[in-house]
Amino acid sequence: MSIESPHVPYASSSFLRLEQLTKRFGGAAAVEDLTLSIDGGEILALLGPSGSGKTTTLRLLAGFEGPDSGRVILEGQDITRVTPVQRRFGMVFQHYALFPHLDVAGNVAFGLRSRDLRGKALAERVGEALRLVDLDGFEERRVSQLSGGQQQRVALARALAPEPRVLLLDEPLSNLDPSLRERTRRELRAMIHRIGITTVLVTHEQEEAFDLGDRVALLADGRLEQVGIPDELYGTPRTPFVAGFVGRSSTLDAIVRRRDDHGIAIEVEGIPWTLASFPREAWNSAVTDRAILVVRPEGVRFVESGPGVLAGEITERRFTGALTLYTMETEGRQTVEVSAHPEAAAVGDRVSVALTGIGAHVFPRAGA
Amino acid sequence: MRQRRRQMLGWALVALLVWLIVYPLTLVLLESVRGADGWTTEFFRQFASRKNEWSALWGSLWISAASVFLAGTIGIPLAFLFARFDFPGRRILSGLVALPAVLPPLVGVIAFLFLYGESGFVSHLVRAVFRLDRPPWRLEGAGAILLVHAYSMYVYFYLFTRAGLARVDGSLLEAAASLGAGRWRTTREVVLPLLRPALTGAALLTFMTSLASFSAPYIFGGGFRVMTTQIVSTRLNGDYSLAMVETAALAALALIGFWVFGRGDRGDVLVATAKGAAPIARRFSSRWTRALTGTAAWVLAVVLLLPHLTLVLVSFVPVGTWTIEAIPPEYSVQNYVALVREPERLRPLLNSLGMATVATLAAVALALAAGILIVRQRVRARGVIETLLALPWAVPGTVFAIAIATAFSVSHPWAGRFLLVGTFWILPLAYLVRSLPITGRGIVAGFRQLDPSLEEAAATLGAGAWRTLVRVTLPLLRPALAAAATLAFVTALGDFVTSIVLYTYDTRPISLEILASLRQSDVGVAAAYGVFLMLASAVVFAVGGERREVGA
Repeated sequence: MSIESPHVPYASSSFLRLEQLTKRFGGAAAVEDLTLSIDGGEILALLGPSGSGKTTTLRLLAGFEGPDSGRVILEGQDITRVTPVQRRFGMVFQHYALFPHLDVAGNVAFGLRSRDLRGKALAERVGEALRLVDLDGFEERRVSQLSGGQQQRVALARALAPEPRVLLLDEPLSNLDPSLRERTRRELRAMIHRIGITTVLVTHEQEEAFDLGDRVALLADGRLEQVGIPDELYGTPRTPFVAGFVGRSSTLDAIVRRRDDHGIAIEVEGIPWTLASFPREAWNSAVTDRAILVVRPEGVRFVESGPGVLAGEITERRFTGALTLYTMETEGRQTVEVSAHPEAAAVGDRVSVALTGIGAHVFPRAGA
Repeated sequence: MRQRRRQMLGWALVALLVWLIVYPLTLVLLESVRGADGWTTEFFRQFASRKNEWSALWGSLWISAASVFLAGTIGIPLAFLFARFDFPGRRILSGLVALPAVLPPLVGVIAFLFLYGESGFVSHLVRAVFRLDRPPWRLEGAGAILLVHAYSMYVYFYLFTRAGLARVDGSLLEAAASLGAGRWRTTREVVLPLLRPALTGAALLTFMTSLASFSAPYIFGGGFRVMTTQIVSTRLNGDYSLAMVETAALAALALIGFWVFGRGDRGDVLVATAKGAAPIARRFSSRWTRALTGTAAWVLAVVLLLPHLTLVLVSFVPVGTWTIEAIPPEYSVQNYVALVREPERLRPLLNSLGMATVATLAAVALALAAGILIVRQRVRARGVIETLLALPWAVPGTVFAIAIATAFSVSHPWAGRFLLVGTFWILPLAYLVRSLPITGRGIVAGFRQLDPSLEEAAATLGAGAWRTLVRVTLPLLRPALAAAATLAFVTALGDFVTSIVLYTYDTRPISLEILASLRQSDVGVAAAYGVFLMLASAVVFAVGGERREVGA
């Protein structure tokens, strides 16, 4: 527990705040020094590859795990040691965890009965919750008789019925058919906004995080890489991991020639390129001139050969509809992905590319 | 043509099983209503008019119900303790808790006799401590029977509950917590309903086992009669027809019990979504609680192990050296030497080994045939075959013993009745019928888990039916075969309940020699036989151990 300034009011206006949370399992840190603020009514998506600590973070929020250090603060109150039973957070589990021995109404009523609701009032609230998820009339159905999408909605109704202070969703759409996923996602988003409940959800799918989350927190190896609205994560990634995980990109070795207020000048395979913007924070403590250039398919374009362009050969062409993705192999045996119109090139063509001025990010090379 | 031959084989197996199982039971029913000259209800009237018959029937019923209650009261909380909480020694102890299961019924009973009987260790100890001049208690009557039943049958509840708890998805418990349900409400409203199939299964098993229990009432019953002991003593008195009525009554009671408890199993099967992991054991936060639980658990382990230790200790006591002392004064291995050296002592061992081997081989062969016909050939009679294989399980051993004794006491080959009573073959036959549920269920289940495409692959590689069976099917079935065969073998090896009805002096099995040794006060020899049976059972546990392993 931190002992500095125990009674300072929590300055930030945030509704829910994680402060320097650390959780280890047998020495390995699942979550390390994680600080995050969530506003009231906001939907925050925790995004990351498996093993990034997103599920552990959710479980720390729910109270199923206790942190080794750090605090969870809700509306200015430290709830780190409050049990899940007392916490009044609603949770939708990845596999829904519906009680198989109870019918739909029994499941939804379970949390309401913890609030000492009985009889008519209870039935009314169950009906309300089921209407919310469009399942009125399903009260007496057995859980096993429901489709995957219906089960998910029952789980949601069950979590929302007791009016929790925060809603937690663990991979809410991962168990649905792909065809059902997009529609459910839109409905889920609309419903959460209508209710206005503060929501934290965990997902490993970028599209889901971007679509559902007002803001997205990207985790890797138990650490917070970046948190922000989806545009920020895509447009101004703060680390190579963010740049690589969010959206498509190619990575090229580069050497820094000059770096000042106007921009950064680099060389890739001897070709000089200049970028006006770069993640200055990442470079503040950098002591190396070795860099990596992370560039999106729209960050490069085919140009006529000439000075200051990177030359190579097209090795692969993939038609994706609106755009076609080309893979180019440079003379230095690096690969670059380029998006262009379908007739721009063919496999085997000799081509040259230049930067477009967007979608390219230079980071210091780690360990160099 | 092949299709017809296959169906014929199915019906042939049905006929064989009917002859082995249903036919003897039907004969009992017929004998009970046949007098010297034609049909009669006289024996039923006799039965109904005797007070002691009713009290034996009632005794069987309430002892069984009380056994279910006691075994559940011990086994269920114990399973929760071991599954949900962590304390020092938990791992070792959770293995020891199942130990009563390695004592065959008669062996458990004599261990209790040596331990808690009038001249057992514990009563000697109590006499010494309180300076009593008489034994402090008599190990007799309903109380003694219940003590033995509780000790040996809580294991069913323990194992079933552990297995059930291991299948309960941990996220269901977390869901309950996040919905504001405390530990007690979660247990009552989520865990127990999910355990219902496991608990009714354990209750059924306990009820049927108690109803069929013979060793404990026979040794400890005294004046207290239950149906099993009543049948054997009526028959011993030469009152054959009345024994038939009693046998029919016990069979009816068993079927009623089967029906009542079986109903709990119907409904829809609640398989908890086993996707999440079972919750991990919680450590007691308070050091005192940890220490207290740890101590209590170790005391429990010692209590559970005492009968085994007693048996081993007594087996080293030479004949006639232990009379009034609290602790036997002399020890030697002479009892074990006697088992091997003296032909009269070795005889029952060889008898039991031989008869159990014959019975097991036959039972496994029948079960294999059943597995092939039910699972692979899917013959039309497959449902009937499965029911027939399971049937002996619902019928107490005493009933079967009487039925087989009745069916095979005369020579009417044209009626399918042969004179086997008094020969070597009668006991293996009885063991075989009794072990059909064990081998049948185990091996048919093994077939079901076998991927048929493996056998199809063998066929496409040019292996004929026989080579496929020997080189592919049987090796893959080995775990199921080994588990079923060893369990059947050991059950036959220690059998007492059917043997006491059907044995002759020349074919006497181990259990009857144990009884004879006790009567001659050769407690050491009796214990040595008991240790032999106990070790044999331990081997079965080791073989089946991996399969029965419940979540850590």
